[in-house]
Amino acid sequence: MQTVNTVIQGILLGGLFALFASGLSLAFGVMRIVNVAHGDFIVLAGYLVLVSVNETHINPFLTLVIVTPAMFVLGYVLQRGVLQFTLKGGVLPPLLVTFGMSVVIQNGLQQGFSADSQGFLAGGFATGSVTITRDIAVGWLPLTWFVVAIALLLALNALFENTSIGRGFRAAADDQETVQLMGIDHRHVYAMAFGIALATTGVAAVFLGLYTSFTPTSGPAQLLVAFEAVVIGGLGSLRGTLLGGIVLGIAFTLGEQIAPGWGTLSQHLVFLAVLAFRPTGLFSRQTREA
Amino acid sequence: MSLLRIESISSYYGDLRALSDVDISVEASETIAVIGANGAGKSTLLRSIMGLTTVRSGEIYFDEQPIRRLRTYERVRLGLALVPEGRHVFPSLSVEENLLMGAQRGRSGAWTIESIFELFPILQPRRRAAAGVLSGGEQQALAIGRGLAANPRLLMLDEVSLGLAPIVVRELYGALAQVSAAGTTVVVVEQDVQQAVRVSHRVYCLLEGRVSLSGPTSDIDLQRISAAYFGVSSAAG
Repeated sequence: MQTVNTVIQGILLGGLFALFASGLSLAFGVMRIVNVAHGDFIVLAGYLVLVSVNETHINPFLTLVIVTPAMFVLGYVLQRGVLQFTLKGGVLPPLLVTFGMSVVIQNGLQQGFSADSQGFLAGGFATGSVTITRDIAVGWLPLTWFVVAIALLLALNALFENTSIGRGFRAAADDQETVQLMGIDHRHVYAMAFGIALATTGVAAVFLGLYTSFTPTSGPAQLLVAFEAVVIGGLGSLRGTLLGGIVLGIAFTLGEQIAPGWGTLSQHLVFLAVLAFRPTGLFSRQTREA
Repeated sequence: MSLLRIESISSYYGDLRALSDVDISVEASETIAVIGANGAGKSTLLRSIMGLTTVRSGEIYFDEQPIRRLRTYERVRLGLALVPEGRHVFPSLSVEENLLMGAQRGRSGAWTIESIFELFPILQPRRRAAAGVLSGGEQQALAIGRGLAANPRLLMLDEVSLGLAPIVVRELYGALAQVSAAGTTVVVVEQDVQQAVRVSHRVYCLLEGRVSLSGPTSDIDLQRISAAYFGVSSAAG
């Protein structure tokens, strides 16, 4: 019974990992770039939430009305103004440039906010739980982020499959040059994709701050989890990203059950095993058959 | 008044000059064939017209408007369309989505998704199939259909017959004849000279990045073409 509980907690934790990973997955799926600064953008969004909460004393979730569009604009501008110029030179330039962004964000935040750890308070919501059986209790907060993660990934999936901008994303991922022959400015398509990728960091940041505390240098740890979720799920597959997050979540809680502190180790071992035996990921997107 | 007028353009691949002072004009509603051996600059010419390859000197006028400094997507919105060499359909998109991509930023006109399916009936039952699983002939039909979906004033096709069975090529050119009969100006790049001569009103032959021969198809015999094609006369002289 304890193991059932552990797996359930793992699945829910996977939702949080999937939230961290969704923007990374989207940017990779469309532009084939790994945004090394993704974790730092989550933390940056966290500080935007923090400032908004301190200024207005509203619920952290409500600040997303401001933070999400702000991160979208930042993503659009960074892609159009900086990252676009790195796309022609192979895989290395985007890695180096996003690594540079990571350094800038971390040091900028240290300068502005000091290295103190920060978090959000949500009263009983963050600690309350609902008892399902005698042995299984599910926290409201994990349940919420799990539902939000599924909703977000379903929404992104619907955007990809059912809208003209999503069709443009998929076409641009297939063939950048030919998209231009369709009368479409591929730079705009990429900027929209990166804008949406960063817009997702706002939601991830609120849950990060409710779940644990963060500092200006918390980003790389979030990136690692996100990156592992994306790779386990299969690069470029949004559905895979959710499942990859869940696999990691279960690996974490089962590892913690064996011995405290083994959660992260067991996460990385699962990741290595997938890389070794199924390097394309467990749920990689294949060309749809007729 | 020419629909497309190219005035002494030169294009490069790196430091290699692929086109040298090329002059070409295309009148509205006619069909032009551009022929030449491998590496003569045919594809570079079409890519230069679309802005996919940078033109270093000269000017390109489309409907009397200079377009050399416009970006590719801006040229498409003016009514230029290219069916690229190697077809380049979007493999993960369905057949219908490929056509919608073509129509998305195109002009409005007679070509709709439905009329394209009428032109290429083989695509109709594959409507929901991923373009990546189609046969070569189906992909070429789709690439042409996608080009038409934008209702272009000038449709350019690069190596339609490449790698396809003769019967498939005949069907595709049959469809193309309907397109040109409907008033669309067409430029075809072909390695198959006889095919090119059969469909076109006028021919330009490229040799090592220069126009080596041009004129109405009816005036040109195959002997002169082969001289211009292989550069025999210049080799003798």
